[in-house]
Amino acid sequence: MNLLDLFKRRGSAPVARERLQVLLAYERRSRSQPDLVSILREEIMAVIARHVQIDQDYLQVSMERGETMSTLDIDIQIPNKSARPLAMSA
Amino acid sequence: MGKVVVVTSGKGGVGKTTSTAALGAAVARTGKKVALVDFDVGLRNLDLIMGAERRVVFDLVNVIQGTAKLSQALIRDKRVETLFLLPASQTRDKDALTEEGVGEVIDKLRSVFDYVFCDSPAGIERGAQLAMRFADEAVIVTNPEVSSVRDSDRIIGLLDARTVKAERGEQIAKHVLVTRYDAARAARGEMLSIDDVLEILSTPLLGIIPESQDVLRASNLGSPVTLSDPTNSAARAYIEAAKRLEGEELPVVVPFERKGFLDRLFGRRAA
Repeated sequence: MNLLDLFKRRGSAPVARERLQVLLAYERRSRSQPDLVSILREEIMAVIARHVQIDQDYLQVSMERGETMSTLDIDIQIPNKSARPLAMSA
Repeated sequence: MGKVVVVTSGKGGVGKTTSTAALGAAVARTGKKVALVDFDVGLRNLDLIMGAERRVVFDLVNVIQGTAKLSQALIRDKRVETLFLLPASQTRDKDALTEEGVGEVIDKLRSVFDYVFCDSPAGIERGAQLAMRFADEAVIVTNPEVSSVRDSDRIIGLLDARTVKAERGEQIAKHVLVTRYDAARAARGEMLSIDDVLEILSTPLLGIIPESQDVLRASNLGSPVTLSDPTNSAARAYIEAAKRLEGEELPVVVPFERKGFLDRLFGRRAA
């Protein structure tokens, strides 16, 4: 930070306000209706688990909730040895 | 029929008990009969803030379980004769409260007092929900800080869903009381402004209590700040808030801090 930045530095309150607005918009919605992104995550996982054994170590789920759009990333590494129907291994 | 006001917040440590004592005492000073009910079973503190900690014999749980009469458990304030305290139990847990029991106690208080202030425990669990259950109005105590505002929003949602009034399809009157407001920090844009808080919570403002050493001094002394020194800035803000609660139309003045020399020199301003 140079000297000029020090003098021009704006307060952190506007950041707090924006973060709260985005968060509360989401939380208010999810109070009245179940969280769509969470439901999708559960159901997608269930479908995949029916066909392949999912190792929790090879699973990355991330969500990014935005003001107008949310994204859900599900990254599953399926080792080739387990990429066979569960019915056969049972 | 008296009015039942819950003082709540979700978050702990924002000033619910201090505000219950200060608002209740301010209303009682005008001659109204006021009861303060501590719902924080297991962690009572309203008795301490009111300076009545050595006079507690019976408590809310005793009254609900029928081991004491309401009139036996109510402690009359030594300074204001229309002000009473119903303490919480220190040894029991929140499960000792039943909805029917609380409802009966509130009904009796409502028939005798002009105002019943319910000091809610922190959190959104059973204790907090019982404190708000029979309320006509709510004072939501909020600090200008992200976690407090978020929890207030959550509590507002509960007030609109879980109170008897809301379930009957009526509106529970809600008011935001901003406490620990630091005008200098807000002016520098370091603290959420009053406008920010009100816009986010979209709930009317009851008052702004400035951060003040007098509040700590009052709790040290065991006296509501509105009684110990009614002239200091925090006490005046509480007295005005109490008047608004009683329906008086008083404009809220946002505490103002003159900008420091450096701020003016460099034109630093709140965004």
